[in-house]
This record gives sequence, structure tokens and C-alpha cells, in this order.
Amino acid sequence: MKSALQVRSVVSALLVAGLLLLPLYSSLTGNIFVLTMFTRIVILALAAASLNLIMGYGGMMSFGHAAYLGIGGYAVGMLAQEGIGSGFIQFPVALAASAIFALVIGALSLRTRGVYFIMITLAFAQMAYYVASGLARYGGDDGLTIYKRSDFAGLINLSNRVQFYYLCLACLLLVLFLIWRIVNSRFGMVVQGLRSNEQRMRAIGFPGTRYRLVCFVIAGTMCGLSGALLANNTDFVSPAVMYWTRSGDLMVMVILGGMGTLFGPVLGAVVYLLLEELLSQITEYWAIIMGPLLLLIVLFGRGGIMGVLGRFSRG
Amino acid sequence: MKSAFWLAGAAALALASPAFAGDTIKIGFVSTFSGPTAVIGNDMRNSFELALDHLGRKMGGKPVEVIYEDDQQKPDIGKQKTEKLVQSDKVDFIAGYIWSNVLLASLKTAVDSQTFLISANAGPSQLAGELCSPYVFSTSWQNDQTPAAMGLYMNQKGVKSVFLIGPNYAAGKDMLAGVKSTFKGEVVGEEYTVWPSQLDFSAELTKARNSKAESIFVFYPGAAGVQFLNQYAQSGLKQQMPLYTAFTVDELSLPLQKDNAIGVPGAQEWVNDLPGEQNKRFVEDYRKKYPGLRPTYYGAQAYDAAQLIDSAVVAVKGDTSKKDAMKAEMEKANFKSLRGAFKYGNNHIPIQNFYLQDVVKDASGELSLKTVATIVKDDQDRFHDKCPMK
Amino acid sequence: MLLLVEQILNGLQFGLLLFLLAAGLTLVFGIMDLVNLAHGSLYMMGAYFAATFVAWTGSFVLGAVLALGATLVLGMVLEFTTLRHLYGRDHLDHVLATFGLILFFNEAVRLIWGPAGLALPLPPWLTVPVQIFPGIYYPAYRLAIIVVALLVALLLYLGVMRTRIGMLIRAGASNREMIGALGINIKLLYTLVFGLGAALAGLAGLMQAPILTVQIGMGENILILAFVVIVIGGIGSIRGAFLAAIFVGLIDTLGRAFLPNLLRQVLDSASASTAAPALSSMLIYLLMAMVLVVRPEGLFPANRR
Repeated sequence: MKSALQVRSVVSALLVAGLLLLPLYSSLTGNIFVLTMFTRIVILALAAASLNLIMGYGGMMSFGHAAYLGIGGYAVGMLAQEGIGSGFIQFPVALAASAIFALVIGALSLRTRGVYFIMITLAFAQMAYYVASGLARYGGDDGLTIYKRSDFAGLINLSNRVQFYYLCLACLLLVLFLIWRIVNSRFGMVVQGLRSNEQRMRAIGFPGTRYRLVCFVIAGTMCGLSGALLANNTDFVSPAVMYWTRSGDLMVMVILGGMGTLFGPVLGAVVYLLLEELLSQITEYWAIIMGPLLLLIVLFGRGGIMGVLGRFSRG
Repeated sequence: MKSAFWLAGAAALALASPAFAGDTIKIGFVSTFSGPTAVIGNDMRNSFELALDHLGRKMGGKPVEVIYEDDQQKPDIGKQKTEKLVQSDKVDFIAGYIWSNVLLASLKTAVDSQTFLISANAGPSQLAGELCSPYVFSTSWQNDQTPAAMGLYMNQKGVKSVFLIGPNYAAGKDMLAGVKSTFKGEVVGEEYTVWPSQLDFSAELTKARNSKAESIFVFYPGAAGVQFLNQYAQSGLKQQMPLYTAFTVDELSLPLQKDNAIGVPGAQEWVNDLPGEQNKRFVEDYRKKYPGLRPTYYGAQAYDAAQLIDSAVVAVKGDTSKKDAMKAEMEKANFKSLRGAFKYGNNHIPIQNFYLQDVVKDASGELSLKTVATIVKDDQDRFHDKCPMK
Repeated sequence: MLLLVEQILNGLQFGLLLFLLAAGLTLVFGIMDLVNLAHGSLYMMGAYFAATFVAWTGSFVLGAVLALGATLVLGMVLEFTTLRHLYGRDHLDHVLATFGLILFFNEAVRLIWGPAGLALPLPPWLTVPVQIFPGIYYPAYRLAIIVVALLVALLLYLGVMRTRIGMLIRAGASNREMIGALGINIKLLYTLVFGLGAALAGLAGLMQAPILTVQIGMGENILILAFVVIVIGGIGSIRGAFLAAIFVGLIDTLGRAFLPNLLRQVLDSASASTAAPALSSMLIYLLMAMVLVVRPEGLFPANRR
């Protein structure tokens, strides 16, 4: 057991070190695109990590997590469109909007369990998708181009690739730290207890739904941050980021990396997105490899990459 | 640990291929190569490849390398692929773009990096107007132009009233606006459908029937056009309300639309039987190189994009760092366009003729498109005044 | 008034098609507790098989029957080789694995049939519009869909309610352990149920094919609607799926037909025409959310454990 933990820690440490040193590699080789690509990976890893908080630790299988990506992104895009370019307004609005959305749909959805929860979160995300599609002023279906990135009054320049990358990475590490603190706090213990035995936790006297709801809102807010960063990264936001397949992608990243492990979702995001990029360069028919690969991972790779790493070092 | 090594290997592979510019002309081509509309992307690629064959796979004495990227018909993916082409592959030109929304999302990346972008199909109104750029050229049209030509034709036919149906995205709105800009009769109703997911048009057809309009105008590119014509025929409207179209019947959809398409007129800037040596050679060689397939207007535009790029590279003798000279050359449209000669407007959108096309059975009994008449000559889009370039 | 009648028929036809898809999904979900996202792929395969067999035999009906058989077999093979190993696993594993299957099927179809899609032409006797009331014409083929789907629904109802297999299926839906304890060959039953579900999906696909074209990914949008239907109806309940499907079909079609005009009374024409299609697509999800908030297990829950 001890060595299992060690292998995982080594991989996690290597992962973080690699991400920290990436801009160096990029400037040494002159390959700018690798930085652009990894900025996107880091941002989506942040979203996956937030999903892991409710899915992996809290047992809440949300199939609508991509909605927050859109809400955070549209907050930035709509404010920019109206001439409010300051990041000090855009980002708090993005976080607040995501938190409020999470509060409302969480309060309604957490009445249901299991597959019904999966479906009701999907329903709310689809509603958000269609609302965005109907916003004629903000591009409707076609999405909204953001002509100026969020402005942080000279503190940090988001148009500088390296600075923006480090901002995203700092956000990711901060969120991972927060998740780590939450999971190991009394609050986190209760949420995890609710996952394994809800009746017992209720019997002890914990108001289960309220604990879950708080956890749900925290995760939604974190993902809203990811959405605001993503909009800045692509200079563009469209309803497509909220479509149900995007929520599916986030789930795949979490499960692939290892649900309920701190660094699993980050690893999952890196592997999934790199694999997609690689396979699509090798063959147009990349999905015919990706599909069965996912199936094999489910059938033989329980616990995702982190699970395999754990077993590997034990056996 | 195995996974870590594997991961490192994968990363190294993905990051390889640093760009060494200078000795080749690099062209990025963004289009749709997966999903139901991949047929369009494939046709554009086929035609682009054929153009390169005709050019001896060289431009200005240098070998040409083309990198094809699949936008999956999604704006954000298209944007990402454009970024990759600009930053990683450091291409000299980007061509392609079927969809208006994909182009609008990708535009900023190309313009900011001062990479020439040649739209071989998409022509949103913003591109012709406020978002026009020295680095962006079109070998197609502005979206409104084709339906506007159809509107003129409907006036010529004496159509009194029309019911409009189209998809709810950038091009769909442009298209319906285009008909309205020239059609002099009454527009009785206007319906937008969810794009690209809605494929059942029963509700819209019922409404059209009940509107008592004299005719219907639609814009449905690709597979949606097949579905629309199927349902239009099944509803029995064909005898009561004649259909006018833009970009709904083409050589790709025709084999699936079959007899449903007979007698459905469309407007187009290029039809396979247009005169001109270059065009004859294109159509013949295309059918030779890709047996069983027929070239389309998408392909003709992609072919012209390759010729346009070639004209610029030849003018600077392969030195692609001379951007101003290349821009000046491209503005002359100095190449043998398949549609016949055209001029560029101040916004880099062609000023060109539009033809009426009809579906007929050719000598071998196959359905094919045929030019019937010239609807309008040297037509310029309505948005060029809004373009700050003079 | 005429408009309303036609639109109700359109909604009914769409709803019944959704029911065919949802019936298989809800059975598989209710009995094997398997979330099968690849159900939409079976719908697609039904359409591709039909287009191929109809072109091959030259007869629409014969081709359709062959396609049904082929989808049935494909479903059973899929269950036997792959999905069987997923029973008893977490729902998330199902989602991931069957998502992988969707990718696989889409690409396999592209390799075999090409990216262009196929056409499934109707025989002439189905292409004429029929006068159902004085002055109201309706496409004969859409009427045929309504009739066939209603017949299948009736057969399914009789089969589930009146036969021994049906009894086992019902027992399985309400208590899985029990039928195992009764010594029934559960594996065989599962394979049969899955094949039946696949055939129903294939039927929906091949009937929809002449209206839409046969193309890659055709099952994905409608699959999500089918999921909405079974969740509203209550998982495992055929009756619930039937009522919910009709309801969803009507809401979707009527919403699309009448919302734009309603919106135009409040908004200007341009905003209304952008907002209306979006809003009408939203209605279904709004309906599902409301049903789940009021009745967290759907309208007609089959499992009462």
C-alpha cells in the first residue's frame, strides 16, 4: 500500500513539475503551439478536478458540468461585448453567476438519486445551452468573439502567452489545494460519508442534502473559473461548450485519470486531450481507435490510470 | 511507471515537428472531414489537390506542403485548428472554411498573426463589412449574394408571395436576408430551424402550406437539403407551392435527392457546364482522378483558392515574407478562375455573375446540373460600404 | 384549426417513433440496469441495414424485414461479446464504455458505407399525400409510421402482459434477484431482451430513414430525447415510456409550431426568430426537470424496492 502511494506521488510530482517547466521547453524549441495546447489542457483539467470533487468524493454524478464552462465564459464574453473589459469585474461575475446557477439547480436536482440525478443535471445544462443559443444579441448559435482579453490593470497581461499559462496553472494548483483541504476537513468527511452511507450519516444528525448542496456549489464555482479562463484562451465563447457531449468529455477525463484521487483528473485531462490530438493527426478515423480504447479502460482498467498505477506497484 | 514513460513519449510526439520555414510553401486547409458533412470537406480537398496537380505541386518554384485540418463543423474546434496551423505549423496561407460560424470564430487568430486566410466557401456579412481585413480574401461570395440573385429571378418569374425557411445560424440568417433584399413580392412568413440538429421540417412545411404563400424559398446545405426535399415531396406541396433554393441542390446532394430535385431552381456563381478551357479541364480531370464523383461549386472555389495563392507566390517569386506585394497581387485576381474572370471589391469579396441552374437528366440518364440563364452580371455584395478598407 | 390538427399528427408521429426507441432503452435499463448510450447506434444501424437491403432486394418491405432481423442479431452479438461484462458495474462505467461504442460504430459505418450517407427511397404507393379530413392532406408515409408504431406498441403490451416471457421481463424489471432465484436462465433472457430492444431501435431508425437521410451520428440527438422520455415515464415502465413519448413528441412539435408567433407578440421579429427555436428545444428539458422535481422517480416508476 505504501509503495502504491509512492508511485502515485512520484507521477503526480512529475506531472506538476512538467507543467511548471513547459514554457521553458516551449521557448527553447520555439514551439508556441505546445503552450497554447497545454493552456487549454490545464484549463480543462481544472474543470475536471472540480467535477471530481462532486463525482469522485461526493458521489454526485453530474452530467451537466459543462454548463458552468459556458456560464463562466459567457459572463466574460457578455461583459466584454458591453464594454466592460476589467477582469476585476468579469471574473467575480463569472464565479458568482456559476455559484448561483449551481445553487438553484443543485437545490432542485439533489432531491433525486442515481440515474435520475444524472438526467436532471443533463436537463439543466441543456436548458442553459438553449438559452445561450437564443441570445441574438450575443451571437446566438454562432457564439461570440471576444476581441479583448480580461484586463487586470497591468497586474498580469493575459495576452502574453507565458503569463496567461502560469495564471491558469496557478488557478489549477490553487483549486487542487482547496479540494485537498476540503476533502480532509470535517465537512469533506461528512460529504464522503454521505456517499458511502447516507442513512447512517442522517441518523447521526447531519443534514445530508445541505452538505451536498454546499459541495455542489463549490464545484460549480470552480468550474465557472475554468470557463472564464477558457473564454479568454479561445477569445471566443459559444453554446457548444455547454453541449452534453462536453459534459461527457469532462466525465471521461475524470474516470480515465482516476475518480476520487486528487491528481487523477489532471492526469486524465492531459492523457485524453493529448491522445485526441495525436490520434487525429495519425488518422482521420481516430475515433475507431479511441472508442474501443475507452471500452478496454472500463473493462480492464478499474480506477483509471491512478488505479492502474496503484495496482502496478503493488503487484 | 510504464504509464509515465508512455505519456512522456506521447507528449514528445505531439510536440515534435518544429517548423522550418523558407524552402517550402506551407498551406493550411481547414474544412470538415468527419461527421455527416465530411462529403463537402472531401470534395474541397479533392479539388484543392487537383489544382496542385495542375500547378505541378509547386508554386513560385518551391514545393507546396498542405496540412489538412478537420474542424468537425464546430466553431471552437475550427478556431483551435487554425491556432495550430498558425503557431505550430507556421503556415503561409490558410484556406478552406465551409461554415460561416467556424470562419467567424477563427478569423481573429489568422488576422492577428497576419496570416493570409482564403475563404473558399463561407461568406458571412461581417466578413464583407466591418470585419474585412487586408489578410482575408474570398474565392466564393458573400452569403447574401446568391439568395439575392434568386430573389431577382423570382421577380422575373412574377412570383407574388413567398414563405422563407432556413437554419438558425449565421449563414441561414444572411440567406433569408439576401432574398428579402431583392424580392419585390410579399414575404408571408419566415421560419428558422435549429441547426444542425433539427432534421424534421414537418411543422415548418405545414405552416408554409397554411400561409397560402405562392412559393417557398429555402436554404439547406448538405444532408439537410436532402431531408428537406424528401419531406417537401412527401407533403404533396410540390404541385401547389413551387420551391426556390440557394445552396440546397448540388452535385453532392443530387445522388441522394434524385427525382425530388428535378425542376427545383437554384442560383450559383459556378455550374459544371460553364464555358472556359480551365473549367473544362477541371471538370474532366476531376472525374478522371476521382471516378464516380462529380465536382461541386465547393470544389471549384477551393480550386480557385489554390490558383489565387499561386498567383501571389509567383508574384513574389516564392518569398512569402513580402506580404504587401502578395496582397497587392491577390487584389488583382490575376488567375483563370473556373467561373470566368472576376474582380475583387474593396472588401476582397468577388464581384461576379450569378447563374440560374436546373436539374436535368444528361445523356447517360444521370441527373446533373445545368446552366439555364445568367440572372445577374457583375454583382457586388451590399456590405462593402461598411468595410473600412478602400 | 387545420394547422393544429396537422401539427398534432406530426407530434404524434414523432412521439411514437420516440416510443420505439425508448421502449428498448427502458427495458434494458430496467432489467439489466444498464445505461446504454449506444442504443442510438443501433437505431443508426437499422437505417443503414434497411438502405442496403432495400437497394439489394428492390423491395421496401422485404428490405425492412431483413434489416430488422439484422439489427436483432447485431444487438444480441453486441450483448454477448461486450455489454454482458458491464452488468453489475457502476453506471459511470456504462456511460464511458457505451460512449466508446458510439465512437466505434460511427467510424465503422464511415469506413464501410462512406461519409456521404445513403438514401432510402419510398415505394410510390407511400409517397402520395392522403386526404384525412376534407381539405387536410397528410403524407401517407407518416400515417404509415403512426399505424405501424401503434401496432408494435400493442404487440409489446400484449407480449409483456400476457405471455410467460413477458411475465419474466416484468418480474425482472421490478426485482432482478427474484427471477435469478427462480432458476430462470437469466443470461439467455438478458440476451433476448437486448436483441428485442435493438430490433425496436432498428425499426425506429429504418422508419425514420426515408424522412431524414441515413447518415452517421443520426442516433445521437434522438437518443438524448429517448432518455428524457424514459426518465419522465419512469425507468423500466413500458406504459410510462409510451405516455411520456407521446407527450414529448407533442410538446416538441407544437412548441416549434406555435412559439415563434407567440414570441413575436412580445419581442421584435429578429430576436423572436432566434429565440423561438432555442426555447422550443428547451421545453422538453424543462418538462423533465419539473417532473423530476415533483416526482423524483418519474411518473410511473416500475421498481418499487
